[in-house]
Amino acid sequence: MATRAAPPRPVRIVLAKVGLDGHDRGVKVVARALRDAGYEVIYTGLRQTPAMVVDAALQEDAQAIGLSLHSGAHMTLIPAVLEELRRRQATDILVFAGGIIPDEDIAELKRMGVAEIFTPGAPLQGIVEWLRERFPEVES
Amino acid sequence: MLRSRAHEEWEQAYEASPRRDDGLETSTLSGQELAPLYTVEDLPEGVEGEYPGRYPYLRGIHPGGYRGKLWTMRQFSGFASAAETNRRYKYLLENGQTGLSVAFDMPTLMGLDSDHPESRGEIGYCGVAIDSLADMDRLFEGIPLDRVSTSMTINSPAAILLCMYLAVAERQGVPFSRLEGTLQNDILKEFIAQKEFVFPPGPSMRLVVDSIEFCTREVPRWNTVSISGYHIREAGSTAVQELAFTLADGFAYVDACLERGLKIDDFAPRLSFFFDAHIDFFEEIAKFRAARRLWARHLRERYGATSERSWKLRFHTQTAGVSLTAQQPEINVARTAIEALAAVLGGTQSLHTNAMDEVLALPTDRAARIALRTQQVIAYETGVANTVDPLGGSYLVESLTRRMEEEAERYFQRIEELGGVIPAIEAGFMQREIADAAFRHQQELEQRRRIMVGVNEFTQGNEEDTIELLRIRPELEEEQIERVREVRRRRDRGRAERALEQVRKAAADPKENLMPHILEAVRAYCTEGEIMAAMEEVFGRYTETPVI
Repeated sequence: MATRAAPPRPVRIVLAKVGLDGHDRGVKVVARALRDAGYEVIYTGLRQTPAMVVDAALQEDAQAIGLSLHSGAHMTLIPAVLEELRRRQATDILVFAGGIIPDEDIAELKRMGVAEIFTPGAPLQGIVEWLRERFPEVES
Repeated sequence: MLRSRAHEEWEQAYEASPRRDDGLETSTLSGQELAPLYTVEDLPEGVEGEYPGRYPYLRGIHPGGYRGKLWTMRQFSGFASAAETNRRYKYLLENGQTGLSVAFDMPTLMGLDSDHPESRGEIGYCGVAIDSLADMDRLFEGIPLDRVSTSMTINSPAAILLCMYLAVAERQGVPFSRLEGTLQNDILKEFIAQKEFVFPPGPSMRLVVDSIEFCTREVPRWNTVSISGYHIREAGSTAVQELAFTLADGFAYVDACLERGLKIDDFAPRLSFFFDAHIDFFEEIAKFRAARRLWARHLRERYGATSERSWKLRFHTQTAGVSLTAQQPEINVARTAIEALAAVLGGTQSLHTNAMDEVLALPTDRAARIALRTQQVIAYETGVANTVDPLGGSYLVESLTRRMEEEAERYFQRIEELGGVIPAIEAGFMQREIADAAFRHQQELEQRRRIMVGVNEFTQGNEEDTIELLRIRPELEEEQIERVREVRRRRDRGRAERALEQVRKAAADPKENLMPHILEAVRAYCTEGEIMAAMEEVFGRYTETPVI
């Protein structure tokens, strides 16, 4: 007989569009897919500054932040989010990103501490499975 | 209609014949069911009476199609600084391009100067950075504005960029009456899809109407709004949604101008359209044809326009960015060629073909040239430009065209029931329809009910998919910031301040047309960001409640 355990704390993920571009098709599709996969998704909406994203993640007690951007500003804005997390002593929050990001920038961003980057054509299933490895407690 | 014997025999033979068992969808990309065969029985009533150049223009707006004039090959381009983009324009013009199309960077699109903190990291990436008349002057240096037509993709700050273009014309000694071009200036689709809004819908619409009113009088050959389905489609809509929401936006602009007291036949001929050409070939062709008939009908029957020029829907097309893949990017040349062919068979007036590397970065010179050459192959080698509306009378195309018209009418009805376009936007109606369609499409890909070559099938070769990419010089950001600061240092400060004060005053007076005041501010070297900020003090700022 299974022992009765306290229900697991839901895993919260903040999804954010950082920077000026308004292309939100990708982030919205990912938001639905993660919600369907059992995560609590908080989508911040457009034009978030790095400080706003980290604020949202702390307020919501999120375990992960997913950043979406398509404008080419990733080498400025993603490091700024990482820096803000360091400043607020919140580097335990997992950061992943998606968007139009060239290979050499991906390598650099991963060195800086981004856990994973999903580029155009990445299947939703791949994102969900990648997160499942990090948060095995989540059930869809 | 009675089925012919031949049809019945075919049907039996078809039922008995083997089927591909690959689990792939047989509906159009947008999910419209397709029969395996279309016949004369599917031809909508009245199609045989349709002729090109005649109301309702199903078969094209010109009696001679492309025999009179080929479409304008207009490659959208802009990156880094005005000087670098100016060199690209000259390169494209030397290679046979026939019109210019300016892509602005994100700060410019959002009305921010390059030295604004939020511009950091975005300068010169998605397009060219323009802060003031000084940049605009440099952008068109050596390009006489009475000899080219220019399209400018700009929305929230459209009035300001148009005024900068007008001020460049003044400095070149070209009268406004000789300027030809197009301002995107379509704020409604920003709220619906592309999300580059700044002011709330009300003042945003006022700016659009101000620019229409001003151009109708002062810049008569200028296309005042390019009512755009492209961004709606790229955000994930179906073809029918693109068609319906775009035309609904068009009607909303007409309504707003009529409310201002403008006469329909004075401004309607200068409204133009901008559609996407996606990869589902026949569905796209049907969409373009349906758009012409719908617009003509509504303008004549609903709005009482009497000038033929008001009835004619003219449109620009861009091939579908979302159909391109980062995997094996050279395949994108083939996709783009097919999409461009659909645009041409649909009767487009101008065309942008995407470069193969646009899914990764802004195009290199080489990729941009191949994209232009693709259009030239269609225009000069394939022979498709020799007959008008070559697919007219096609059982499939005519039937799809009619179906899309009917479905668009149903959307017009629903938008009407919600109180019109702006209330529908505020209720998130279009945004939700588009998000639903985008999610559906993604699931079809995940479940392999649709194939994207190199993405979910035929991936061998993906490992070799690196191509040369355009990189923006890292020094550009500092240079551009210095340039805008230099402009502020060198201008006549008193004149600039007075001009901004006038913009603020005019913004607060809804009876005043803002255009002459913005033009004066531009001449006084007020920056884009300063003029936007002056208006924002009065208009406020819009934030959306996101719809997932």
